[in-house]
Order: sequence, then structure tokens, then C-alpha cells
Amino acid sequence: MSSTSTYQRIRSSAKAQRSFSIGIRLVIAVFLIIFSIFPVLWVVSASLDPSGSLGGQSLIPRNPGFDNYKELMTSGDFPFWRWFGNSIKIASITSVLSLAITTVAAYAFSRFRFRGRQTMLKAIFLIQVFPTLLALVATFLMIKQTGDIIPFIDLGTHTALILVYLGGAMGVNIWLMKGFLDTIPRDIDESAMVEGASHWQIFIKLILPLLRPILIVVAILNYIGTYGEFVLARVMLLGDRPQYTLMLGLQVFTSALFNQRWGVFAAGALIGALPIMIIYLILQDQIVGGLTTGAVKG
Amino acid sequence: MASRTSPETLKSQKSPAKSVLPKVLEFALLIAVNIFSAWFITRLVALGYYPLVAVIAVLTLLVDVVMIRKQAYPLRWMLVGLVLMGLFTIYPIIFTIWVAFTNYGEGHMITKQQAIEQFLDRNYLPETGKAYSWTAFKTSEGEYALWLIDDADVGYLAKPGEPLVQAVPGDAGIGELDSKSIPETIEGYERLNPFLATADKTLPDIQFGEEGKTIQVRSPSEAAELIPLYIYDAEKDALVDQQTGVVYTNLRGTFTSSAGQELKPGFVESIQLTNFWEFFVSPAMRGPLVRLVAWNFGFAFFSLVLNFGLGLAIAILFNDKVFPFKKLIRSLLIIPYTVPALITILIWRGMMGELGIITRTMQDWFNWSPPWFTDPWWAKIAILLVNLWLSYPYFMLISSGALQSIPDDIYEAAVVDGANPWQKFRSITFPLLLVAVGPLLIASFTFNFNNFNLIYLFNGGGPPMAGTSTPAGHTDILISYVYNLAFSGGTGIDYGFAAAITIVIFFIVGAITLFQFRFTRMWEEVSENV
Repeated sequence: MSSTSTYQRIRSSAKAQRSFSIGIRLVIAVFLIIFSIFPVLWVVSASLDPSGSLGGQSLIPRNPGFDNYKELMTSGDFPFWRWFGNSIKIASITSVLSLAITTVAAYAFSRFRFRGRQTMLKAIFLIQVFPTLLALVATFLMIKQTGDIIPFIDLGTHTALILVYLGGAMGVNIWLMKGFLDTIPRDIDESAMVEGASHWQIFIKLILPLLRPILIVVAILNYIGTYGEFVLARVMLLGDRPQYTLMLGLQVFTSALFNQRWGVFAAGALIGALPIMIIYLILQDQIVGGLTTGAVKG
Repeated sequence: MASRTSPETLKSQKSPAKSVLPKVLEFALLIAVNIFSAWFITRLVALGYYPLVAVIAVLTLLVDVVMIRKQAYPLRWMLVGLVLMGLFTIYPIIFTIWVAFTNYGEGHMITKQQAIEQFLDRNYLPETGKAYSWTAFKTSEGEYALWLIDDADVGYLAKPGEPLVQAVPGDAGIGELDSKSIPETIEGYERLNPFLATADKTLPDIQFGEEGKTIQVRSPSEAAELIPLYIYDAEKDALVDQQTGVVYTNLRGTFTSSAGQELKPGFVESIQLTNFWEFFVSPAMRGPLVRLVAWNFGFAFFSLVLNFGLGLAIAILFNDKVFPFKKLIRSLLIIPYTVPALITILIWRGMMGELGIITRTMQDWFNWSPPWFTDPWWAKIAILLVNLWLSYPYFMLISSGALQSIPDDIYEAAVVDGANPWQKFRSITFPLLLVAVGPLLIASFTFNFNNFNLIYLFNGGGPPMAGTSTPAGHTDILISYVYNLAFSGGTGIDYGFAAAITIVIFFIVGAITLFQFRFTRMWEEVSENV
């Protein structure tokens, strides 16, 4: 009893300082926000600055206008919409297929007990931390050779790039997915099993609906990851300009004309970043949940 | 637990035909896969792509075993994933490991057999060998013949694959000789005028005469009996130069004479642990590599401390149930995290560059700005700063998630015991938080340890170190150094050494990962106890 009253006394005396503390923290928040969004604001300003070059730009542009956007849309050496479309197409297909592969595999790891299961799980995790940069040489050769026989899986094709992305699908999210599946009680499966349902039926009818929240998170994280990837895309698509993804296009573009075409780059970067920013800001709670699943359960 | 189908529905869907049709389809699919593989492998063999043949064969076998054997039922669920992983992750990794034990790289790209074939194809004109002047004849079917005249003005007829014959008019349809002792006509053939013959692209490739004693056109005026320059001595694994008698022995994938002269091209050969040896002990490598490794660890460590520190500080600062504009503040603070990293890294590169806003503003205010891209230390600071901006939101998010999972009553008890805020943080918040986010911190360390994108996009590892044998920069980490070695072009592409470094990186990162497993409960099966 006495402890409760002591606690309340401390609470009420602290109340006086509270508004002051909030004020201080709001000021700090403003500074942090400036630090966070300054580069973004600066890019917005650059994209509206008609001078278009890195050196000529000032934070508040003189005569702001949409010249850079116009150039972006019409310029021949920068097929922006095409690249943008490529990126969205590749990221969508990859994230859906990779989700399917991961979910089904994670179900097997979570529900079946078979020899070598733990070893496989650990191996998948270890394989995933292998630096694949140099392995790109092998991937490149393999796709090139396959392309000699099957033309639609060749360098410069999106099919090949998507397949290569899918090759890494299991490694990335299987643990997250399995962890989530493990939290679904097995009684559910077992009672259905007693009723004569097959594993596949249990998976489709019972488990999948329960998985929906994590499925969305994994799909989105995967989408974001694929959308932002450029090293593999560079190796697979470099020779074929119209096939570029947007990130690859932006990277190649900047390595040639960084300073002079700064405004155009800014406009392209901004539009390119927009889909992901929107996804994040709308679904931030779910994504944060997914990111911290491992942590909070720890 | 939203939509749970009742067991009754499941039961009613179970029809008697269930077990037959899927089996048949499964089997048909399996056969189709095998037919496709067989076809693909035949084509690959025809083109000589043997490693890929092996990969496809192994994976097809895997598919067959998994689909046929009952015990492998669980693996059927992950078969597609496994096959794709085998093709695009495991095979490239095996390739990397193999390369690490070879000298694969510039000048060592082809197999030994291919190299020897190239050498054996090289011919030379022996000083004692005969040289001829030549005239070309051609049939309407495109077969060639040569009329050769030696120093003694004796004429010969040479046809591909047939022995050289001394010939006079009248033999084998040979017509009268002109003033230069060349037959006007040969039956069935048309004489080519010298211009036409010189312009003919196939002619210099044709070997006339019988094998081993062939005669080839070497110049517009001369044809000669060429003999192979090299003979391969398999026992000594050496090439012997027939012209000079010099013996070139195989030294680490290059045929080298005792005087140190090398024959190009070299070839891929196993050199055992030489690449690793070079990494750890070679003095030539040690200079830049030690600095590189130190910075690699320093970069990953300081990134973690700074990013986690700022993220945690913000999370604690705003860890209030009710705080004005809480949601808005969080949304604005995670903005750096929502922009694709490639874009933000390039933006920072622009802002900190010579013409960028940060540099120009500091020039205006202080008449000085940090040399972000030219000074080794400022470049490191710039990298850490950009990485801080990129990743503190992530740590803010996971920290605030973890903070909320710490039960309030622990704090209440601490307050009763008279703990001050710092004590509360040090003895309650921080330890509990570390337990919760520890695995993510380690994952983040390993991620930054190999954060290729940041280094590559921001400054490409620059500024360059002076006096290194391979391109290396002051902010290069191991993985970006690997990139320089393998892909940057220019001087000395060395896949073998790059692969060896890749494997060293893997051991470091793998060890950290295994360490993480030991001290977290990640491996435990949650479902067993639910």
C-alpha cells in the first residue's frame, strides 16, 4: 500500500516538469526532422530548379518550374517511364513468386520433422551470408550459356533477372516466415488431420488465412528490396539499355552526367522513390511489426 | 484466427478420385521435367558448357529423388526453391570456392587444354624449310589448288590433304606454262589473278599438302612449308620451342622458360593455397590489406554504435504513450529509411561533392569545407555520416518496438527503490533492450561489414591509396576491394585472389553469424511448446 502512494506522489510532482520536458523534446524533434528530410527537400528543390546543374542550384530555386520533369519525360537517352515500368514489373513478379516459394518451404520446415531439417535451416542461413559479389561471374556465365539455347532466358531479359532473384528467395525470408508459422498452434493442423484433410488442404485452407499479416509484410519487404537492387541488375542487363530497371538506369545515368544533369536526376529519383515512400508511410505499422518480430519475441 | 474452415468442409471435399489424378499429373510433370533436362543437357554438351551440364544433371537427379522417394515428401514443398537456390546461389558459391584455389584472372582465362591447342597451332617458317612463290587456282565448287615454284624454278602442284607433287605440263590436266613458268590452265580449275588471290579471305587459312608437312600462304608473294613451333611434352608438362630449343615449363598456369620468359596466353590452374597465402603473409599485399581490414571492422563497428546510439536515443526520447504529434514525428523521421538507398547515397554524394550544397554553404560561412572526397579521414567520416542518416530510422523503429515490450512494472518497482533515470536506463532498459535487439544488431554488423552499395556508390572507395600493387582506396572495405580486383577493368583482373578474399569474408561473417546463434534462442522450436 505504502509503495503505491509513494509512487503516486512521485508521479504528481513529476507532472509539473512534464510540459517543460515535452517542449524540449519537441525542439529536439524539429532538429532531427530537419536532419532527416533536408536531403529530400534539397532534391525536391533541385528537381524544380531550371538551372539543372549541381553547382548552379540553390535551396530555394529561382524561377521554379517543371523543366527537369519535362526533359525527363521526353529525353531519348533516358527512357524513364520504361525503366520505371520495368522496375515495377520485376519487383512485383519477384515478390509474389518469392513469397509463394518461401511460404510453402517455411510450412514444411515448421510442420514436418525430417532428417537433416535443422542442418538445412542452418545451411540456408549461412549460405545467405556468403558474399555473392564474386559469384556474379558464375551467374553471368551461366545465364549467357543458357541464353545460347533458350533465348528468353538470356542476358538482358527480365526473365533471367527474376530467376536469379528467386534463387535468393529462400535464404532471405524463410526464418521470418518459419518463426511466424511456429507460433500457430499445431493443434489446428492435428484436428484437421484427424478429419482426414491432407497437408496441402490444411496449408491452403487453414494456415494461409492466418498468415495474411506476415505475408503482406514479407511481400512488401521483398518488393522494396528488389526495387532498390542494382548490382545484379547491372550484371544481367548492362548491355541492353531499354531493359534497365530504374535503379540501374539512375546509377548508370549519374556515373556519366552527374553534375550537369543533376536536375533531371533529381526529378527521376524523386518519382522513383515515391512508390516505396508511399508504401512505407501507409503501411508503417505493419512493416515495423515485421521488422521487429524477431526482436520483440527474442 | 479469422477464417477457420471447419473440419467438416475439408472432409466433404475429399473425393475418392483424389489420390489418383494428382499422382498422374505429378508423374506427367516429372517426366516433362526430365525430358526438358535431357534436351537442355544435349544442347549444352554440344556447345561444350560442361559445368552447367553437371549442375543441371545434379538438380534433375535431386528433383527425381525427391519426387519418387516417399521419405523425401517434406522436401517436395521446397523443391522449386531448392532448385533455384542450387542454380543461382549454391553453384555460384561453389564456383567462387573453386576459383579461390586457382589463378583464374587476366591472362588465365582458358583451360590448359585450350591453351596447349593454341600453342600447337602456332607454326613457324624454319630457316632450312623451302619457300615458294605461289599462284592460286580455284574450281567452280570453291576448291583451291596452288602452283608453287621453288628457288630452283621447279614447279609443284599442291592440293589440300594430298601430298605435294612435282608436276610438268601434261600431268593431271596441267596446261602450257607461261613466261613465269606458271601453267595457263589446270583442268577443272580457274586461275586467279594475283589481286583476286590476295583479296581472298579463305586462302591463307587453307593448309595445302599432306598433314605434318603443310604449306600455307604467308604473304602475297610467298608460300612456305610451316612446321609447328611447339611440341608439348606431357611428361615434363612443358612446351619445347622447335625453333630455338628453349623449354617452357608450366609454372603456375603459364609456360615459362628457365630465363623467366612467359608464353601468352596462360591458363587456369589450381594453385592450391597460394591466394590465401598471399592474403595473409605476402608483404606486397600486407600494406593496403591491413589498413583495409582495420577500416572494414572499424566501419562496421562505428556504424553500429552511431546508428544504434542515435536510433535508441530518439526512441527513448519519444517513448511516451501520449506525446503530441507522435505519429507525425515518427513518419517524418523514418523518411530516410523509405527512400531506396541507391537514391539517397547518390544524393549525399551530390550534396557533399565539390559543387554540392553542403560544400558551398560551408565555403560561404567559414571559407572552408571538409575535403569529403579527397582526404582519407574526412572520407571515412563522410561514409559514417551518410550511413548514420541511412540507418538510424531502422534502429529507432526496432528500439521503440523493444522498449514497448519492456513491462512497466519493472520501472515502477525501480522508482520505488529510488532509482534515478540514468540508473533505470543502465540497469533495466539497456540490458533488456540488448537481449531483445541483440540478434538484429549482429545482423546489422554483418550487413555493414559487406555494405558494398554504400562504398561503391558514394565514393568508390576513394581517395586512392598511393603505391599499392592493386587498386585500393582509403575507404575501401574488403568487398569493394574484391570488386576492384574482379570487375573494375584496367589493371590486373585477378578473380582467384578476389575469390580468396571473398572466402575470408565469408569466414568472418559466418563466424559472427554462428556466434549469434549460440547466444540467441533463434534455433529453438517455438511450436513444440505451444
